[in-house]
Amino acid sequence: MIRRRHLLSLGASLALALSLPAGARAQDKLPVVATFSILGDMVKNVGGDRVAVTTLVGPGGDAHVYAPAPNDAKTLAAAKVVFTNGLGFEGWISRLVKASGTKAAVVTATRGVTPLKMAERGHEHDHGHDHGGSDPHAWQAVGNAKIYVANIREALIKADPDGRAVYEANATRYLEALDRLDAQVREAVAAIPADRRQVITTHDAFGYFERAYGLDFVAPQGVSTEAEASAKDVARIIAQVRKHKIPAVFLENVSDPRLVKRIAEETGAKIGGTLYSDALTDENGPAPTYIEMMRHNIRALSLALES
Amino acid sequence: MLMLAGMGTLRRSGRRVPPMYEHLVAPFAEFEFMRRALVGTTALALGAGPVGVFLMLRRMSLVGDAMAHAILPGAAVGFLLSGLNLFAMTAGGLVAGFVVALLAGLVARATELKEDASLAAFYLVSLALGVMIVSIKGTNVDLLHVLFGTVLALDDATLLLLAAIATVSLVVLAIVYRPLVLECVDPNFLRSVSPAGAPAHIVFLALVVMNLVGGFHALGTLLAVGIMMLPAAAARFWARDITAIIVLATAMGIISGYAGLLLSFHAGVPSGPAIILVAGAFYAFSVLFGRAGGLLRQLFPGRHLEA
Repeated sequence: MIRRRHLLSLGASLALALSLPAGARAQDKLPVVATFSILGDMVKNVGGDRVAVTTLVGPGGDAHVYAPAPNDAKTLAAAKVVFTNGLGFEGWISRLVKASGTKAAVVTATRGVTPLKMAERGHEHDHGHDHGGSDPHAWQAVGNAKIYVANIREALIKADPDGRAVYEANATRYLEALDRLDAQVREAVAAIPADRRQVITTHDAFGYFERAYGLDFVAPQGVSTEAEASAKDVARIIAQVRKHKIPAVFLENVSDPRLVKRIAEETGAKIGGTLYSDALTDENGPAPTYIEMMRHNIRALSLALES
Repeated sequence: MLMLAGMGTLRRSGRRVPPMYEHLVAPFAEFEFMRRALVGTTALALGAGPVGVFLMLRRMSLVGDAMAHAILPGAAVGFLLSGLNLFAMTAGGLVAGFVVALLAGLVARATELKEDASLAAFYLVSLALGVMIVSIKGTNVDLLHVLFGTVLALDDATLLLLAAIATVSLVVLAIVYRPLVLECVDPNFLRSVSPAGAPAHIVFLALVVMNLVGGFHALGTLLAVGIMMLPAAAARFWARDITAIIVLATAMGIISGYAGLLLSFHAGVPSGPAIILVAGAFYAFSVLFGRAGGLLRQLFPGRHLEA
């Protein structure tokens, strides 16, 4: 009997030992959650191999109007850190955090970002839709993305002090890449003639891009994709396109393209392609990471506006 | 449309323009999307008006709402299979609507269950099935967004679809008019003289589904019911003759579309709800002041008769 039990336990420990490398790695990884794909990509870059990132709103999803599923609550309950964008972007997250009963630290990645109030958008148009007053799409300026990265680094170090060196090294490397990206975007905008720096998009997601790089974005839908456009908004944009001879309109991956297509048809502006504003694409798409996304957007903008 | 365009050129040629023109006609003369929206809502009112009147007279006013829910999953599946494709979404909606209408009708005629109960059962099953299919497919782009119509972004294909639905509705209604009216007024008599009752009923349900599917491209599934039922209920307060009710309901539907678009243009409110709220205002006015059974008329019958 005894011998048999020994044998069994020997076998079990052998099996355990064999599976140890893979199993141990998965267990040792710090389970963290990011609310949407862009933030998830940044966390992956800082966390590297030490963290396992789960993204709630996946590639191509619209975080403004996401409806959480029970699985998301389970994911949250198991997480050690929850990264959110804040500024009212994912209005559903606080309820979900409460419902899941998670003990995870909830980190707002935009902490320290100077929020863009909707009234600060210096245009003749005044948006009727007010979503807490702040524009949440802070990541559209690379400078803000660097603040995100710093916040992510601090939060990861706090949750997993042993990994400090790794997180710091990763963050430094990533911040350097972001600096290069920032320079690239500035260079590309500078190459566009000043009188052509105006673009129409589907929803108001590029306020920070506008403030940082001096390109003028106009959209029929408000900051959130939830608001429905009025005839007044559409007429105002068409009049604006005609008056300023805005050369191109752009579609976005998260919102309804029909309205912008109509505007293009009515004004003769061309459709410059798709901009990725609130979500990444999957690995095979043109914007699988944050850096790729920004590069894709600026390339599309340059192509449409330079000529 | 031609007339409007002509008036636009008059204005440009420097003639004095009355202020009424600025407010009531200029938006349509100046912007093509406004003209398209007007044509779309007019076509919608032409088909949905008479259908709504028959629904009301047959005490099926809420059937429209139930059918709208039954259609939604079909359209959602069409969207999931081939994106924002007019044909796929229309076909999906039609199939789902027809299946629910037919099954509900069959159960009602073959068993003891009343039609409203069986319809409720089938549309709820259809709705749940749709939600499940969408969830399994796991897309995060909010379907309600896509399923909300955009009356401001009607393209040629959608306009043709709306016009075709209106034409078919009017022709078919002309053909089944007699049995339909008879079945509203005296179903027992109809059954004794003709077997046309059941087929006419099924054809009529098909018309309801068609008009709702057309309506959801312009207004969204839920608001489409509004342009069908509100004018019908309002018209009932002004006439007792069925022909007069139909004419009045259609006219009110067309005017609601026009006034709602103007409201959306001048006040900057979303166009779909604006159109339905104007129809609602017609209804409220009719309840109070309608000649045929309005509240004031009932309270002071003498004075009104003298006038």
